[in-house]
Amino acid sequence: MTGASDLTRTLVGFARTLRAAGVPASVDRLHQTVTAASHLDVARRRDLYWAGRLTLCAGPDDLERYDRAFAAYFAGEQAPPVRRVPPVQVVRPVAVPGPERDPRNDDRDDPDDPDRPPAATSSELEVLRHRDLAALTTAERDVVRRLIAAIDPVGETRLSRRHRPSSSGVVDPRRTVRAMLRRGGEPVRLERRVRRVRPRRLVLIVDVSGSMQPYADAFLRFAHAAARRRAGTEVFTVGTRLTRVTREMRGRDPSTALLAVSGAVPDWSGGTRLGELMKAFLDRWGQRGVARGAVVVVASDGWERGDAGLLGEQMQRLSRLAHRVVWVNPHRGQPGYAPMTAGMLAALPSVDDFVDGHSLAALERLAAVVAGNRATSSITSRTTSGRTERRRA
Amino acid sequence: MIADVSSPARLTAGLDAQGYLADEGVSTAAYLALTMGRPLFCEGDAGVGKTALAGALAGVLDAPLIRLQCYEGLDAAQALYDWDFPRQLLHLRAAEAAGVADADRLEAELYDRRFLIARPLLRALEESTRTRPAVLLVDEVDRADDEFEAFLLEVLSDFTITVPELGTIRAERPPVVVVTSNRTREVHDALKRRCLYHWLEHPDLEREVAIIRRRLPQATATLAEAVARVARAARAEDLLKPPGIAESLDWTEALLALGADGLGDADLDRACASLGAFLKYREDQERVAGRIAEWAVAG
Repeated sequence: MTGASDLTRTLVGFARTLRAAGVPASVDRLHQTVTAASHLDVARRRDLYWAGRLTLCAGPDDLERYDRAFAAYFAGEQAPPVRRVPPVQVVRPVAVPGPERDPRNDDRDDPDDPDRPPAATSSELEVLRHRDLAALTTAERDVVRRLIAAIDPVGETRLSRRHRPSSSGVVDPRRTVRAMLRRGGEPVRLERRVRRVRPRRLVLIVDVSGSMQPYADAFLRFAHAAARRRAGTEVFTVGTRLTRVTREMRGRDPSTALLAVSGAVPDWSGGTRLGELMKAFLDRWGQRGVARGAVVVVASDGWERGDAGLLGEQMQRLSRLAHRVVWVNPHRGQPGYAPMTAGMLAALPSVDDFVDGHSLAALERLAAVVAGNRATSSITSRTTSGRTERRRA
Repeated sequence: MIADVSSPARLTAGLDAQGYLADEGVSTAAYLALTMGRPLFCEGDAGVGKTALAGALAGVLDAPLIRLQCYEGLDAAQALYDWDFPRQLLHLRAAEAAGVADADRLEAELYDRRFLIARPLLRALEESTRTRPAVLLVDEVDRADDEFEAFLLEVLSDFTITVPELGTIRAERPPVVVVTSNRTREVHDALKRRCLYHWLEHPDLEREVAIIRRRLPQATATLAEAVARVARAARAEDLLKPPGIAESLDWTEALLALGADGLGDADLDRACASLGAFLKYREDQERVAGRIAEWAVAG
């Protein structure tokens, strides 16, 4: 049947175009496309369109790419393309602060050779833990990166709807009766169960705009450490636009993950329109369920280029959805800091914990705050009781 | 009576007779789901008619609709099957009283099919006969957790359920499965790969007018069109929760109950008073209330 094999060849070529356009059209999906097409009238362009769309797409993000690829591929003739469609290559600056050294720091810690192996004594580590992340030498940065990867931000828990057997708790009828059946119907003992405990979802929103550049790398590594340890953690970046980088964070190695993130994020070091992006996050993800009952960490200096009023509004919305909102501001740790930027002032009333994030020690404290350990977080002191007041109002 | 489903166009007509106005995408998707025996995974904003599609399909096929509403913590005992322990105990006691001493026979009796309570997934397999499939609706699968997805995947891949004490239960023919998701979280790829994927859009103006008039025949063309126009304009607006068709229908019904026959100046009070059927956030209502009259007119 040459007709069928022609169709298959056409579809294989189309799948290749589709993959280049970013839709993961795998072979098993393609197999389904061929089956679907055989049930439809493939001479009709629309039928072919639906056969492919229903089998090859897996989400609304795919649809637009699919439409474009379909239009492009079937625009002229239906012959398979002779040349491979070049994959889209985008050259962007990479987020990871490179191995180049900050000239300001070169003459700072003179006793140390800047290229010394990154093994440090405990007192050196202690100093390092409190040093500002923006002022690290390359060697120090390596040490700090490894330490960040070791942070374990295991978060707050909530009761799940699932149960587990326990010696205390309410009577579990199913297991009790099952045990009775095993013993010939004699009620020997009551089996009990308690609700299982599950970690709350952790959502990290990292500001990657220009003013956050020295710290974004550390926060993303922190996010990677969290995403690695706990399934279901969601990571987003904000700059001039909102990007979900949860997928990119999946890799085991932090540097590889960050490289993937830098490929996915189109707006490194741009300006920030926090309010608008927070709205985009809540509309697309937060309200649908990602932020519901979650611990949401926003890492930003609150430098808002847009309307601070909008940011305040959206932060209120976020605080209504989330279990807890933590704002990390790297500038907060600097002596004499007061939240003066309009964005920060607008956001603070809706924030439960306002912590600093300028050093490794601060990040470790952040992990404790995320875990709901307020005893540790009291070091950084809750600056605002605005949220409780607002709720009472 | 089973309607003719031998082509997408005929299926459209069948769905139409059930009061479900399907566009080309929906009918092609449903047709392929029927002919290929694949589950249909429907995603889209709330209120675009994902759940209604399953009901209409059941109507077309004259099949029982078996619905499984997903929620977090849904487990096998609620989705697949459960043993009827109290009845088993009663049986045991009755057997003892009657002096049955054959332990093996008693055990075999205890784990008999009649003591097994079929939950939706098992029911769907059992009620799907050679002459008539059952329609299984797995609603809002995104609300369930990973554990549930795992055994749903198992059931959907070969349409069998294994009960350790009883053996494997196989469907005579695969039921028609519609899985819906509101996208509150990403469903596993493995599950999506087993399914045909369809993204439902809000209907265009004419279709929405037609849907409103079909569902609420007492609504005048003027009222239906005005509501559909406002709905369309509201969706283009940046609302916290854009209204779906379900909301348009609710609002039309509310307006009818209040005696409105359009959204002109005379009915504006009634429109504002019943806005709660249409928009579920105070902020959204405030934004829309002042503009109803302007949106309701053609243009």
